[in-house]
Amino acid sequence: MSLDQPEPTFVGGTVGKSVAKPDNLEKVQGRAEYIADLYRPGMLHGAILASPHPHARIRGYDLTEAMQAPGVVAIVTGDDVGEGRMGAFIKDEHAIAKGKVLYVGEPVAAVAARTEEEARHACRLIKVDYEELPPVLSPEDGLAEDAPILHEHLADYIKVFDAGSEGNLCSRTELSEGDVDAAWAECDVIVEDEYTTQAQAHVSMEPCGALADVDATGRVTLWSANQSVFRVQANVCESLGLPMSKLRSLTPRVGAGFGNKMEPHIQPITVALAMKAKRPVKLILTREEDFEMVRARHPYRVRMKTGAKSDGTLVARECEVLVDCGAFADDSPGVLGYSLLMCGGPYRIPNMKATGRLVYTNKLRFGAFRGFGNPQVLFAGEQQIDQIGEKLGLDPFAIRRKNMLGEGDQWFVGPRIGSNGLGQCLDAVERASRGPRADGARRNFGLSVTAHISGLLGTGAIVRMLEDGTISLNTGATDIGQGSDTVLAQICAEELKLPFDQVAVASPDTDGSPYNWGTTASRVTYTTGRAVKAAAKKVVDQAMDHAAEMLECDVEDLELREGGRIGRRGSNTDVTFAQISGRAHWAVGGPLVGSETLVFDEPTHDPKRAIALGLPFPRIGVFSFAALGVDVDVDDTSGQVTVHEAWSAADVGRAINPRLVEVQLHGGFVQGLGYSLYEEMVWDGARLANPSLMDYKVPTARDVPDAIHTFIIEDPDPTGPFGAKGAGEIGLNAAPGAIANAVANATGARHAQLPLTGERVLAGMLNSAKART
Amino acid sequence: MSKIHVTTTVNGDEMEFLCDPRETLLDVLRDRLNLTGAKEGCGTGDCGACSVTMNGRLVCSCLVLGAEAEGAEIATVEGIAQGDRLHPLQRKFIEHAALQCGICTPGILVAAKALLEKHPDPTEEQVRFWLAGNLCRCTGYDKIIRAVMDAAAEMREAA
Repeated sequence: MSLDQPEPTFVGGTVGKSVAKPDNLEKVQGRAEYIADLYRPGMLHGAILASPHPHARIRGYDLTEAMQAPGVVAIVTGDDVGEGRMGAFIKDEHAIAKGKVLYVGEPVAAVAARTEEEARHACRLIKVDYEELPPVLSPEDGLAEDAPILHEHLADYIKVFDAGSEGNLCSRTELSEGDVDAAWAECDVIVEDEYTTQAQAHVSMEPCGALADVDATGRVTLWSANQSVFRVQANVCESLGLPMSKLRSLTPRVGAGFGNKMEPHIQPITVALAMKAKRPVKLILTREEDFEMVRARHPYRVRMKTGAKSDGTLVARECEVLVDCGAFADDSPGVLGYSLLMCGGPYRIPNMKATGRLVYTNKLRFGAFRGFGNPQVLFAGEQQIDQIGEKLGLDPFAIRRKNMLGEGDQWFVGPRIGSNGLGQCLDAVERASRGPRADGARRNFGLSVTAHISGLLGTGAIVRMLEDGTISLNTGATDIGQGSDTVLAQICAEELKLPFDQVAVASPDTDGSPYNWGTTASRVTYTTGRAVKAAAKKVVDQAMDHAAEMLECDVEDLELREGGRIGRRGSNTDVTFAQISGRAHWAVGGPLVGSETLVFDEPTHDPKRAIALGLPFPRIGVFSFAALGVDVDVDDTSGQVTVHEAWSAADVGRAINPRLVEVQLHGGFVQGLGYSLYEEMVWDGARLANPSLMDYKVPTARDVPDAIHTFIIEDPDPTGPFGAKGAGEIGLNAAPGAIANAVANATGARHAQLPLTGERVLAGMLNSAKART
Repeated sequence: MSKIHVTTTVNGDEMEFLCDPRETLLDVLRDRLNLTGAKEGCGTGDCGACSVTMNGRLVCSCLVLGAEAEGAEIATVEGIAQGDRLHPLQRKFIEHAALQCGICTPGILVAAKALLEKHPDPTEEQVRFWLAGNLCRCTGYDKIIRAVMDAAAEMREAA
């Protein structure tokens, strides 16, 4: 379905309709409250002192002068936090630097004062006695025999999977199936290259921030910009040694995340300040601090080799990656494992081997970022598919169709693939992008496909019918702007056959919401949606039991009718949800509440077909698919690449809200465009050289294609709510591969290094011209 | 440091406040006047989330001092709607789903309104250039451009 065409109509229901996000009404009026907009009586402001060194031992602090500075109420250093360490995969991180600093920009001390200015002033008066240590600035250096060690006690850290950690090696993953070494002999064509990709900053327009308050009993209430109130709770409690029952985590509106706000940023520090000051403390990072302190997308080195038979059938692929972890593990072991799982792309390749190492370095932590390791390996893999096609005279669509996974196939290592609309995605992009394009010597088309999972870990939903028959839905899933509150309410309303506006969505609150791992991994619509649908169904069932008693008939004779009524089949008699709920509240049975919790539990690894070592996600998810075509123009004199038009088709199972899917595809593509062409965090030695929006370029309204065409393909997944699968990341993944393929087609030069800056593309053109003469 | 007394007009309402000489207009709006619609995305004039107009001119309020507001007419996102009646730009942004997280939205609406006051019939290219100082990381801009063009068309018809 092209969104340029009229939407299909679903009579009576809200699923499949582009319902406007209710929160947009307050957002267009400037009335939405984000973390920086919250104030509490008696509130103090926090500021952070960042480490000037990449690697140093902390010998001590002198806080005398800072404590006497005007307005200062409390100062927190590593001496104030216990031995607790947090981390999603490897618990290696204190709330604030303790004993050592591991990157330039790492929080070393924090001040709470009457004003932000006073807090910042006092930070500058804190004296820290450092003993500088030699830094590790690249994964290669980190693996060297005599490398300085970042985490001396790595062996003692708690790890949630078999990480194989040793020295500066944070984790390693090895996956294989078939016999790659023997398979090369069967190949008629082999391509091999080594690729490098850069660090990308998330640049949520809202910098990270938190506000903590402590009540008279010592219990903490914490508001923060987050992607999961539950991960915030877990991380703060682990790092500060608090029982989880002593911390309530809440969320205001969140100004986007893209992965940056999934794991902790400054919540533990803010809580430590509030506990010490015994007053509310608000701490909001500046843009510069947000760049330097939080996290970014991993730089990768990818060695990839792919072989095929002369008819284009793929036979083997080998992929070896070396990943810069930064100073703390964070989500990195997951990113490494996931990128290896995805490195074959959505193709049938009988012989595969993928190995990777993740190495600690003295840089800020790298972590989750929309795509989660997939764009890096696709940049390599999708170019090699094109190269094999070129050698064999197969066009980019043909070679992909020939090798793509079909229904019933298993993914690399073994996950089940549910619905698969990849073929339809390719059809949509090919049909729409065909036809004459404006001429240009350096203008051409590029294609990439991708798949991405949605699933992962625990979630829940509580659906309550209020006395008047309207509904309260509580899931604990933070809406970071993408519209999950809207989509989950649509699913709930559809199941109850109620109008959308009769479902109110509760704001996530660890005191009252069911657990939700997080708004991450393209999972909320699929995973939380399943829980919402099941919980709503339970309320319907309970209402049916009441109706049967009220109408004196069997449940089997009843039907759920539009607008909150249950009636007898073949008769006009019915009872309303309000009548049923009133009866339940005041006379019989008790209030109607449906709840469901679930965890995605299908295994990733099929031991009969593959070997897997150090797999961080033993149960992963279902697969969405996408194809992306781009039309690019390369400037002859500067090498600058302009993307004129893009065609993005995604199989999302079922679009619960097509317009919100479309915005995911638009936004993902443009974030991928910046990543492909110019976004790059640059280090000058150990120090980030461009931590500002002046020096770190993100795409503006002028830099994006005039038209980004989107095509929603709906191949319903049998396990998804109304067939839905995830849509959050898939629009970004394919951008670097598609753009690199288009640039190669336009210039005759292949690129193995991101971003494709004018300088690099020009050099490629000059070299390929030289090669021709 | 002694504070400066400033009298100004914000969204048509006369207001006065005391501020430090170094305090920005953005901080004054947010912390002293409780107008938190304008957002701080960078504090260096690069993202446009704090856009307001001052005497009709589009400015980044993080680059203007509070003291400069003396005698000026300031307009912020909070003044765009007439009570409950949304401005066509606000309606079209909702209709086209031209916002996601909403942090850039107040600045973009203020900037787009300023554009349409100057150029009621802009080309798409003009809209893209005019809004190039307002970063959005969520939407990819496509729907923002459509919403502004659509609002402009509606406003011309109504005029």
